[in-house]
Parts: sequence; structure tokens; C-alpha cells
Amino acid sequence: MSGVPGSGLAKGLAVTLRTMTRRSTTRQYPDVEPDLPPRSRGVIALLEENCTVCMLCARECPDWCIYIDSHKEEVVVPGAARPRQRNVLDRFAIDFSLCMYCGICIEACPFDALFWSPEFEYAEYDIRELLHEKGRLGEWMPTVPAPPAHDPNGEPAKEEATAAKKAAQ
Amino acid sequence: MIAVIVRVLGVVAAFLTLPLIVGQTEHKVMAHMQARLGPMYAGAFHGWAQLIADGVKFVQKEDVTPRAADRPVFRVAPLVALLPYLVALLFIPLGPRDTLVGQPLDVGLFVVLAVVGVGVVAVLMAAWSSANKYSLLGGLRAAAQLLGYELPFVLAAASVAMAAGTLSLSGIVNAWRPWWLLWQLPALVVFFVAGLAEIRRPPFDMPVADSELVFGYLTEYTGLRFAFFLLAEYVGIVVIAALTTVLFLGGWKGPFDAQLGWLWTLLKVFAVSFVIIWLRVAYPRLREDQLQRLCWLVLVPVALAQLVLTAAVRVA
Repeated sequence: MSGVPGSGLAKGLAVTLRTMTRRSTTRQYPDVEPDLPPRSRGVIALLEENCTVCMLCARECPDWCIYIDSHKEEVVVPGAARPRQRNVLDRFAIDFSLCMYCGICIEACPFDALFWSPEFEYAEYDIRELLHEKGRLGEWMPTVPAPPAHDPNGEPAKEEATAAKKAAQ
Repeated sequence: MIAVIVRVLGVVAAFLTLPLIVGQTEHKVMAHMQARLGPMYAGAFHGWAQLIADGVKFVQKEDVTPRAADRPVFRVAPLVALLPYLVALLFIPLGPRDTLVGQPLDVGLFVVLAVVGVGVVAVLMAAWSSANKYSLLGGLRAAAQLLGYELPFVLAAASVAMAAGTLSLSGIVNAWRPWWLLWQLPALVVFFVAGLAEIRRPPFDMPVADSELVFGYLTEYTGLRFAFFLLAEYVGIVVIAALTTVLFLGGWKGPFDAQLGWLWTLLKVFAVSFVIIWLRVAYPRLREDQLQRLCWLVLVPVALAQLVLTAAVRVA
């Protein structure tokens, strides 16, 4: 609202002309793979061997989209006084039509059985298909990126510290 | 006889191709001005066939005539919108020789302005016969706008005709000198702005204001008839750009204009068309009262002052 009359009009023209000479911001997604930021949250992967059926993830889940079924099995260890009991995972499913990608289950898992994977192309025509059973969740595991490198200025991990202490003894 | 047929065919070819080129340019220029890419798929290379695909789509659509509509008027209106521009193209000279104009005419400017003015009738026909309140609102806005802007449009053209001392479009270009760019600058601006309003291009698209009037007088149109109205808009861009070129930018004048005159005309037409597209991207739509204010309080006085100036220079 100041300066030469009509300078606003000229400025408007200048802005559009300048934008035209610059590269457009459009991503040509289906043709060109998107350039995702590191550690994008695409889908949750399950490493079945690490799961102990502690149910922490299912309990922490804010919208209750994790379904877990299990049974107990007796494992006879030779030389032990009594047979030991072990939880066996029968079913582990995440309903991605309910999931809000908060990642609390991954934070809650004490045994590193759940991971974020950046894969996101699992849209379905039928909403029921979004219920991923443990087989499907396991298939995402190879797409999980390596964990971020340890902060070089941070304290060493507890395991490392103990290992170093043992080696020194 | 054959020469006439060839010329008419040439004009028809220009009528069919130039608007498409301008339309495609608009797609792309507008997209890039908004940091987008625009059509990329049709025709495999940067969406060059987008408008052809659009045309095919329009042909396939159902041609609906509302039950309450005034059938014959409703169905004829798109043609009435389109034909004047085709006729106008006939008289626009492309190059210095008479073979490069559809129909050389001594009163070319007069005929072109008269014919372009027919557009109002088409809009009113479409609006009133649609039996739709949004159409009617849009049509009345268009009538008020077109009748208002007709005045500065004609006054500005009269100024240049007075300067050249002829109504023939070729004669005007022949009389044109580069310093006219300065002398006729106010007329150029008035003519260009009024021309934009005549073809109802943004920022003067109050009659079709799609955010408040659905689509103004085009609301009830579908399929091919709607496509005709759209085509009329793009032919309108070509006609206004060509008229601006011929009247104010010296038409075919330029280096080597004996051989390359037609190229200069086309280049100038496309440059003016680019500016028309550019203005659409840069400016928001004028409100109805702003529209009328600009016309009556700015353009008409400037055009009259330009007339006085032209007359003074001619007499002196």
C-alpha cells in the first residue's frame, strides 16, 4: 500500500514470471520414486522370532488395532528339574485401516520385534485387506533400514561397556 | 476463385490450430507459473495432446438441454459465440501482401469491431435461454461488462485509426511507425485491457465467476456445446492478440518484413497471448463494482484523452 502506484501489480507479475523460470515442485510419483525423508513411517514390520507375546504393544496401542493370539508350550530341557513353559505366537495382526501410525507399539516393544519400514505402497481396494497377518508383517522386515549410527559423542551402550569391562579383566 | 478458397481454408486452419496452441501454452505456462508441471501424460511427451484428448472427451459427453430451456436459442448460442471470431480472423492481415489476409477490406477495422461485438448477443442468448438463475445472473453481468467495455475498446481503436488516417487494417500497419508505441501507449493499454474484458478473461471473468455463480452463463452447457464456448474463449484470445498486434504493435513490421512479415505477426500474436495468460495467473478476479469503476472512471477517460492527443498531433 505504499510507493509507486501500480507497483503491486508489477510485483504480482514478477512473482509469477520468476516462478515460471524455476523448477516446478511437482513430484512425478508413480513414474519417479519419491525421495522420502530418512526413517519415514510407512508400515510396521514384525520380526516374529523376537516376539515373546508379552502383549505390551497390544495394550499400549491407542486404537487397539493389534491382535495377538498365543498358547503355552512345555519345553523339556534335558538335565533340568522341571519342563519349562514357553509362549508360542499363533497370530499377530495389525489392522492398518485402524492404525494411526503413532509408533507407540514400536516404542513399547521391549524385545525389538517391531520396526518402522518406509514402504507405503500397500493400498487395497477392500478395507479388510488392510488387516496384515504376521506373515505379511514379516515380509516387510527386509525393507527395514539399518538403525541410525550411534552418536559418537554419546555414552557407549550398556552392552558395549560391560563387554569392554569383561575384556579388560 | 481458387485463391479465395485457399485463403478461406487457410483462415479456417488458423482458426482450428491457433486456439489449440494458445490453449496448450496456457496449460503449460500457467502450470509452471504456479510451480506445477501441467499435463504430462496425453501424447507421451509433456502432454502435448491434452487438448485433443479433451476434445475427444467433450464429444463423448451427453448433450443435455434442460427441459425448461428455450431449445432453439439454447442450442444456437455456442455457434453465435464462435462464428464472429472466425469472421474476425478473416480480416486480420498476416503479412504485407494481399495474399496473406483472408479478405482485404477498406473498412476492416470497422467490420472486425462490429463482429467482435456480437459476442454479447451470444452470451445473453446462452444466459436467458438456460432457464437457470445463475446463468441469468452471469449473463446480465456479462452484458453490463461487455457493453461497458465496448466503449473504451472502440475509442482506443478509433484513436489508432485516426492516427493512421484509414480504417483498413493493412493500411494501419503500413502507416505504423515505431514511435507510435509511445504516442499510442495509453490507447494500447486501454485497448488491451478492454479486449481482455471483452473476451471475459480473468481478471475480468466476473460473468463466469465459478466460485459464486457455478459457471455463469455456461452452467447448463455440456459436451460439445460447452466445448464450443471454451473454444470461443481461446479464439477470442487469438483475435484480441492479433488485433492488438495489428493496431498497436506494428503487425508484420520488423527486420526482413518483406519475406518474414507473417512470422513477425505470429510472433507478436503469441507474445500478446502470453501476456494474456500471464495476467490470468497473476491477478485475482475483479469485483463487479471494481469492474465497472475501472471501465467508466479509468479506461473511458484515458481513451478520450488519447483521442484528443491523437487529434492534436494529427492536426499539428
